[in-house]
Amino acid sequence: MKKKVGVLALQGDFEAHRKALERAGADAVEVRTQADLDTVDGLIIPGGESTSMLKLLHIENLFEPLRAFGQHKPIFGTCAGAILLAREVSNPAQESFGLMDIAVERNAYGRQLDSRIVKLDGDVEAVFIRAPIIRSAGPEVKVIASYNGTPVWAEQGRHMVATFHPELTADTRVHESFLRKI
Amino acid sequence: MVMNDDFRLKTGLAEMLKGGVIMDVTNVEQAQIAEKAGACAVMALERVPSDIRKEGGVARMAQIRIIREIMETVSIPVMAKARIGHFTEARVLEALEVDYIDESEVLTPADEEHHIDKKAFKVPFVCGARNLGEALRRIAEGAAMIRTKGEAGSGNIVEAVRHIRTIVKEMKQLTVLGKEELVHEAKKLQAPLELVEWVAEHGKLPVPNFSAGGIATPADAALVMQLGAEAVFVGSGIFKSSDPEARARAVVKAATYYKDPIKLLEASEELGEAMPGLDITKLPEAELMQTRGW
Repeated sequence: MKKKVGVLALQGDFEAHRKALERAGADAVEVRTQADLDTVDGLIIPGGESTSMLKLLHIENLFEPLRAFGQHKPIFGTCAGAILLAREVSNPAQESFGLMDIAVERNAYGRQLDSRIVKLDGDVEAVFIRAPIIRSAGPEVKVIASYNGTPVWAEQGRHMVATFHPELTADTRVHESFLRKI
Repeated sequence: MVMNDDFRLKTGLAEMLKGGVIMDVTNVEQAQIAEKAGACAVMALERVPSDIRKEGGVARMAQIRIIREIMETVSIPVMAKARIGHFTEARVLEALEVDYIDESEVLTPADEEHHIDKKAFKVPFVCGARNLGEALRRIAEGAAMIRTKGEAGSGNIVEAVRHIRTIVKEMKQLTVLGKEELVHEAKKLQAPLELVEWVAEHGKLPVPNFSAGGIATPADAALVMQLGAEAVFVGSGIFKSSDPEARARAVVKAATYYKDPIKLLEASEELGEAMPGLDITKLPEAELMQTRGW
């Protein structure tokens, strides 16, 4: 049976993630409410603006349910999603779920003109768009790939983060590695 | 069509704005209100379209000081407008490192034949369009995002609806045509065959397709999104209403829950007065902004 994976669809590139999940062989659904969340076995928090997502999470009373979901089910955060999963956020400081022991600095490479596409080890193409940087990671965090000396793809137990956008490439390996956690 | 890295980065940022609301702001205070309300980006300009309409005169790129202050204050992407064809205004905005440039019919056009050669820039551009031919010409010039024009500053959704419906219908029609018919369509649309073929194959634009021009209420935002827009620009609609903060929050909510009538009802309650609206059929032709651009 196909794994049923949700994509948080409050704002951002949730459609690209939905398609990437389907390419990787999963059943993808958009999650906008608690009822949607109750039907999925894992969740992706997409790229987008973390401030917009936070605002909607609070207006719709989804912040605590989402944190609780992460206590027993896997979450994969890309870019804005990685910011929301972090223990600590800077530039500026903002609230986050604290589900992974990482400290993240927002827009750390600079503005859109500093966005870039690079190749990581293992020939993984990484699309960075106004990306954050993981400034520190705790001992429980396993770094899967780095770029310019800082982690860009990491996991801790059931959770995973990428500061780049695997959903904007044709390569499904990053999504497949998340599906193995479910 | 060529999806090189440069183009992927430009459309990539537009992907991140989907499902969101880009709000026109004229100062730091408004930008902060927009960010706090959940805007996914702000558009920095000197006067909102309804004031440009009222006051007349030449509308130009905003003062650099204002744009810079806004960029220094908010953490969300900051866009700014350049006049149609004014490639040096665009170079100034690129040097300032704004995140997106809107080559906009809301400002007074600087060139009545040519648009900016947007492929020559590293910064991404958004352009307005009323129909598929116009959208594809802008994409051919290098636009990485299209927004339907609507009628800016009117508070009247009718033109935005007309434009999104037109583009969606024209795209659907292409999907059932044969190769030789597409050649004829490309001629009629005055757009490159390569782009016409891409749309015929995929049934959508090769760049994100947003909506603008006349959105004044949460229901307006939800309407254009149900018709096919992937995000909305709100110009005068927020800061010309009686309670900008509440309205900004409500439109953000409506852009996410555009298919959910219960959530739209919640978003539509206790909003105060919307901006005053204009009957577009009563506007003299010369006052229309949507007819600017070629």
